[in-house]
Amino acid sequence: MAVWQQTVGAFLIGLVIMAALPLVADYYTLTLLVVYGILALSLGLIWGYGGILCFGQAAFFGIGGYTFAIAAINFDAAWPALFLAVAVPALFAAVLGAMMFYGRLGDVYLAVVTLVVTLILFKFMNATAGQEWVIGAARLGGFNGIPGFPTLHLPWDAQAWLIDDRLYYFCFVLLLLCLSGCRLLLASSFGRIIIGIRENETRLQLLGYDTHGFKTALFTVGGGLAGLAGALFANWSEIVTPGLFSLGQSAEIIIWVLIGGVGTLIGPVIGAALLGWLKFVFGQQSVIDNSLVMGVLLILVVLRLPRGLLPAFAALAARLLPGRGGGRRRRLLAARNHRPGETPTGHEGGSAHGS
Amino acid sequence: MAQLAVFVLDTLYSVAVLVLISAGLGIIFGMVRVINLAHGEFLVLGGYSAITAHGLGLNIWLSMLVVAPLVVGMFGVVVERLIIRPLYGRLVNTMLATWGLSLVMVGGLNMIFGNTTTGIPLPVGGFSVGGYQVSGYNLLLIVLAALQMFVIWLVLGCTRFGLLACGTMQNASMSAAFGVNSSRVYMLTFACGAALSGLAGGVLAPLIGLTPGGGANYIAKAFITVISGGASVVSGLVASAGLFGTVSQIFTAVATPIAGELALLVVAILLLRALPSGISGRYFRNRI
Amino acid sequence: MKVAPRTVLEARDISVHFGGMAALNRIRFRLKQGQLHCLIGPNGAGKSTLFKCLTGMLKPDEGQILLRGEDCRALKPHQIAARGVGIKTQLPNVMNGMSVRENIWLSARRTNGAAESDRICRQMLERFMLTDIAAQHLDALAHGKRQLVEFAMVVGQKPWLVLLDEPAAGMSAGEVELIADVIREINQTATLIVVEHDMRFIRMIADQVTVLHQGRILCEGDVNFVLNERVVRDVYLGRAA
Repeated sequence: MAVWQQTVGAFLIGLVIMAALPLVADYYTLTLLVVYGILALSLGLIWGYGGILCFGQAAFFGIGGYTFAIAAINFDAAWPALFLAVAVPALFAAVLGAMMFYGRLGDVYLAVVTLVVTLILFKFMNATAGQEWVIGAARLGGFNGIPGFPTLHLPWDAQAWLIDDRLYYFCFVLLLLCLSGCRLLLASSFGRIIIGIRENETRLQLLGYDTHGFKTALFTVGGGLAGLAGALFANWSEIVTPGLFSLGQSAEIIIWVLIGGVGTLIGPVIGAALLGWLKFVFGQQSVIDNSLVMGVLLILVVLRLPRGLLPAFAALAARLLPGRGGGRRRRLLAARNHRPGETPTGHEGGSAHGS
Repeated sequence: MAQLAVFVLDTLYSVAVLVLISAGLGIIFGMVRVINLAHGEFLVLGGYSAITAHGLGLNIWLSMLVVAPLVVGMFGVVVERLIIRPLYGRLVNTMLATWGLSLVMVGGLNMIFGNTTTGIPLPVGGFSVGGYQVSGYNLLLIVLAALQMFVIWLVLGCTRFGLLACGTMQNASMSAAFGVNSSRVYMLTFACGAALSGLAGGVLAPLIGLTPGGGANYIAKAFITVISGGASVVSGLVASAGLFGTVSQIFTAVATPIAGELALLVVAILLLRALPSGISGRYFRNRI
Repeated sequence: MKVAPRTVLEARDISVHFGGMAALNRIRFRLKQGQLHCLIGPNGAGKSTLFKCLTGMLKPDEGQILLRGEDCRALKPHQIAARGVGIKTQLPNVMNGMSVRENIWLSARRTNGAAESDRICRQMLERFMLTDIAAQHLDALAHGKRQLVEFAMVVGQKPWLVLLDEPAAGMSAGEVELIADVIREINQTATLIVVEHDMRFIRMIADQVTVLHQGRILCEGDVNFVLNERVVRDVYLGRAA
């Protein structure tokens, strides 16, 4: 009961933020940040709560974008394409996840497989420039990508395109729905089992849970969310290119989540918005290279703030305001103890650290 | 006949390139248990070092074979001290930190050299085999790769430093109890791995158009060659480079180079599905 | 339960080799319903290997294991557990970042609805005297308490067969007695296999005992009979007693 009330409360606060943000930035930039937020949420969910560090979240993002573009051209309608753009990446994630989890790949191997899959898609899409690469009426277009597909419009008015403010509000409401959905999912039995698996997969197996199935299911949800972000990105940019699948894109998603805070839901969203905005600011000048800034940030966070910004702020607040605060802050503090995706690799390294 | 000879040479060449670009990463992963995602940029840095040294009037062989590994090796020492040291034993964190390093290096190289393609001329010419043109430099790379694996095997198996390094990797506290300075061993091993990457970048520089972001083309291939090879540095690396090089060359020959690359990646995934701890985890356990 | 007890678990000639060494060599035994059976033996006797085979974590190279007549060689650990087998490994194997209540709740939840799980969870907390620390995270607890939580998780599943690997390891004398009580209580409703090293503890709980030595069954039977056997004393008690 309490979870429902909190979620509704958070949703309402979100609506207020949605209304306030256009005062400080333009709709075009804000929409992109919101789309990045959904993308970061997709990884934040599977990494922070399922302990699955996917180095290829960009694969699902790209598949979502491409599915949307191809389906929209073929149907000549955007709404059915949006549903497909969630379903296809989710299905892809389900197949890939089942293969990895039932194959019992360890952390590192999982990272390699997801990274390689992303690379395959990137190389493949880049190689589809020829006339023969066609799906229905849509040409894949190689490195030029697919431009000129129908985008979303108001359901009751085919001429009222979702652009500028309309697209911003649409994406923001979707982000809030996704956040609330993830929150409720984690509070459900499924969510508690997932967190249990992150804490101790062997124990959950010995309790009789098919942990591989649960992880596959969570991975599927993450894939669907990333696909949704891809479709929204396609609506925003009005073109999809192989760049969606690039390693740089995958890296950025991980940086957002890590900086925002692994093991929180809102942290990755804030991280994405913050870094997306920083990138935009640094994009305005040409003295300092953008990836230099991203790289320095990533190194600093890994070395200095391994829990990310949000839990660090929470810890700071807890120290400044002793004696106050309830479960929420304790929970954030507890995030310190589990570093998801972190497996000590063994005896040798651990003792080296001590020496 | 000549066609077959050329195909065999091409296959050996692509295996050699895989060995060259993976050796540095393999040493660092196999010995220090760190996955260096900035490996591609280490290669690129080696390439730029060679080109710059050559541009300053140095002999081309000296630039490629000495300056490039030296520069990147020293860079490796700095990186190990500043970034890797606090993270030993935390594999995922080292992956993230070195990914950050990779971005920093791309940005830095971009600011210094600009986002354009540079290169140096091939130092040796080619010859022809029954109407097919064969590059002499490719042959040289094959020899170099074989030589390099032999030297690594020799160093790890037969020298004092190699034994110390292997011992420290197996059990750092035990070696420390025997008076080995394990922190120095880690640093030197990391530096050797970095120097090998620099060497690969140096010798490949004449073959590729060097761009600051070009490392991304190598990291994935090197990464999967090393991981598929498994924990044994030499035998695993040679086995997986041999497999992947052959597969990609076959697909390149019957289809396109893109098909060759895709086939390599697909085979890697299938291989990991079948042998989750790599080739050497199954067939060469506890060998170098 | 005075009806003739039936066989619930049967090991038929199971062997496991590590390299050239036989860790288990044609082990066979039958477990009757309601028994409390101890597997004992010196270090390296193959106790843990046998435990891993029974829980599905390791597949025997030869032989089969029948669980209520079903061959479970092809089953994964979670499938064996899902057939009503409660398993507790040697080291406390718990969800460290979660509270005592959440740990026990997750164990009950697999076969029950959320509300029923809440009820079972409360029941277990009371039975194992953990109610006061129900909200604490497992990583904040002492070793003994963590063991107790794991027992509560195993019992909360209402298993008909319970496999315990060295339940008394690293426990204080008081805790060992508590664990012995708990094991006897579990035995009221379930059949048990306890892998153990500690002879005092075996005397406290055992009923039937099998002694393993170098991968073979050395001797088996009633606890008093077995512990007085000359050959057992030679390989094992000579040092322990």
